[in-house]
Amino acid sequence: MIAELGTYSLILAMFLSILLSVVPMVGAQRSSLLLVSYARPLTIGVTFFVGLAFAFLVYAFLTNDFSVEYVANNSNTALPWYYRVSAVWGGHEGSLLLWVLTLAGWTLAVALKSKALPLDIIGRVLGVLGIITTGFLSFVIFTSSPFERLLPRSPAQGADLNPLLQDFGLIVHPPMLYMGYVGFSVAFAFAIAALLSGRMDAAWARWSRPWTNVAWAFLTLGIALGSWWAYYELGWGGWWFWDPVENASLMPWLVGTALIHSLAVTEKRGVFKSWTLLLAIFAFSLSLLGTFLVRSGVLTSVHAFASDPARGFYILVMLAVAIGGSLLLYGIRAAQVKSDSSFTLVSRETLLLVNNVLLTVIAFTVLLGTLYPLLIDALGMGKMSVGPPYFNALTVPLGALLMVALGVGALVRWRQTDASQLLKRLIGPLVLAVVFGVATMMIRGGEGWDHWTYVGIILAYWIVFCALVDLYDRAGKRSGSLFASLKKLPRAYWGMHLAHLGMAVLAVGIAMVSAFTEHRDLRMAPGDRQEVGQYVFEFKGIEHVEGPNYTSDKGVINVYQDGQLYEVMTPEKRLYTARGNVMTEASIDAGLFRDLYVALGEPLEDGAWAIRLQFKPYVRWLWLGGLLMTFGGFLAAMDKRYRKMSQRDAKLA
Amino acid sequence: MNPKRKKRLIIVLMIVFGASAAIGLTMYALSQNINLFYSPTQIAKGEAPADTRIRAGGMVVEGSVKRDPNSLRVTFEVTDYENKVAIEYSGILPDLFREGQGIVAQGKLDASGTLQAVEVLAKHDENYMPPEVAEALEKSGKMPMPSKEEFNK
Repeated sequence: MIAELGTYSLILAMFLSILLSVVPMVGAQRSSLLLVSYARPLTIGVTFFVGLAFAFLVYAFLTNDFSVEYVANNSNTALPWYYRVSAVWGGHEGSLLLWVLTLAGWTLAVALKSKALPLDIIGRVLGVLGIITTGFLSFVIFTSSPFERLLPRSPAQGADLNPLLQDFGLIVHPPMLYMGYVGFSVAFAFAIAALLSGRMDAAWARWSRPWTNVAWAFLTLGIALGSWWAYYELGWGGWWFWDPVENASLMPWLVGTALIHSLAVTEKRGVFKSWTLLLAIFAFSLSLLGTFLVRSGVLTSVHAFASDPARGFYILVMLAVAIGGSLLLYGIRAAQVKSDSSFTLVSRETLLLVNNVLLTVIAFTVLLGTLYPLLIDALGMGKMSVGPPYFNALTVPLGALLMVALGVGALVRWRQTDASQLLKRLIGPLVLAVVFGVATMMIRGGEGWDHWTYVGIILAYWIVFCALVDLYDRAGKRSGSLFASLKKLPRAYWGMHLAHLGMAVLAVGIAMVSAFTEHRDLRMAPGDRQEVGQYVFEFKGIEHVEGPNYTSDKGVINVYQDGQLYEVMTPEKRLYTARGNVMTEASIDAGLFRDLYVALGEPLEDGAWAIRLQFKPYVRWLWLGGLLMTFGGFLAAMDKRYRKMSQRDAKLA
Repeated sequence: MNPKRKKRLIIVLMIVFGASAAIGLTMYALSQNINLFYSPTQIAKGEAPADTRIRAGGMVVEGSVKRDPNSLRVTFEVTDYENKVAIEYSGILPDLFREGQGIVAQGKLDASGTLQAVEVLAKHDENYMPPEVAEALEKSGKMPMPSKEEFNK
């Protein structure tokens, strides 16, 4: 019964979303208040029914309703309740439903928060979001319904959730990532609404800025969580693999980062307007492309659930319509865009242009490396892969250039800055960064430093010192107490520096973990010892453990520091009984400045095991950097200015 | 030239220069890092280059896995049921590596025709077959039942 109700809710939601994509659009075109005023109730209706369908699916999982095929394929009675809930998005169909639910949630938020916007803009923004919702809902209903029944041969027991996904990381990673992916649809909808209405002024940039910041923050968090999950769950101790699916999330992030900076220029200065519109279209198109790459089965990875050509084709058509349609509209309208002001060569505008060019180039190189193997395969020229060295060779130097520009960008003013004045202000941070960088190297000891490690560390200091100079300029020079003037600085300003600090922290993490990781894969018999990174690891043996839905070989490894027992680490090799999957559970001793990472390989003869021992300095800084960026993004979106401005807009309207 | 045009020209030149440098570097980096896939039959025919990083894969031959008793060195053979390739690897094999399973290895062919692997991939679940392997098997007409679709489900 529940499954049928779920299907029914989805169909109702689709009808409402078709209405949502037509009625307010027509209303906006004809300036009909009546028709546009349907947009909000329709949005609420769509969200309600999508939410209801999702709730039905969650209920089916919680009650172990294995007559529903999707539940039978992805759950099991032995699964704890929280994994039964997260198993909802553990497969293709459910994760698409989550995608649609997220989209409906964003649409609802826009509908509720946009009271101050002009009527035609509201109608068009919600209309565009309605079109996207319709596309994805029809995709779910026609090709990937999670409510298909498995009758009359419904199994008594489910096939279980892939053990890789039985983890806290899976509970949070996909929803956060989708909040980001789908969030760019709001920026996209605002861009399309601006193009349709011909009001491509700075106002649309102001409206879409907080939304874009929030979406970007979620995407950052989602990517960081994914990297963290891969680190502890895949059992290799790697944190980024340049896997096509990772790239699929990185590309919208890069373009999204360019977009939030370009939006700033468009809002504050009224320039780069058409470029910003284009970036909004690209950010969302890359989100769609990511969904296509991951969901169509053209890639094989943890994320590709099934290769069904019909699904791939459907998404490809959607992708073509969305990208083609919006670019066509852009082509027709963008010529009318006029800049409101001008700027000189030494100005913040130029630095942000450099930022945009660099980020776009990085996104392009990642795109090329990701799609090239697919292209070659499609042309029948053979199977191949592009290795991580390609991505590293390009993104590392470009990223370093980006950080150079970041420091300067924080100190340069809008419109025009005196070049010699600027140089004077840059000398201080430059000298300090080099001095601190070299000092860091001396304290740590000179072994293992290659030139990129220096570059990474010095640039991290560079960002920090440039930001401090800027803070001093803004607050320290004023009269009155420092604290009071710091408090007066707007949230958007703190958000910016927090996110930039996150970039510095991330750079330290990447530089240190790449240069100083100590890694040993070795054969260890009980009693064998091995030194890694000032710690001595002693393999004591294996214990057998029974879990709720698995059996496990648990290794016991004593770790000694300076001859004292520091701790006992217990990596596991689990056999999940329902599917017969073998899983490596690494044991990690986490710390701010270093992780110890131990994983079991395979059993060898005579009680010996293949064991992986790693010493990973500063690995936590990678995700700490991601968190700082996330908070920066949220903080910037909460700036009071947006609320004041929207009140002003409301009065004008 | 008026200053506005001049500024525009500088920006356009900057973008053109940056883009062409980027494309040039990208193409170079790409050409250095492509790892082509070769089936055991292609390798047996001598189509695969020696001393270049390649990918090779197939089904791990039953009974071919041999371990060195004192280290993590392991040798095994993969097959497309037409020809076999010997692979030598030192390190921890993935969880899903076992005899009869489809795998892909990345490495260089040495003078004796053995692939010195630096990476062995066997992904996701016990029924999964790497697409390269599936295609190689189909080409050799030795695709085991069930069908590829069933297999990759």
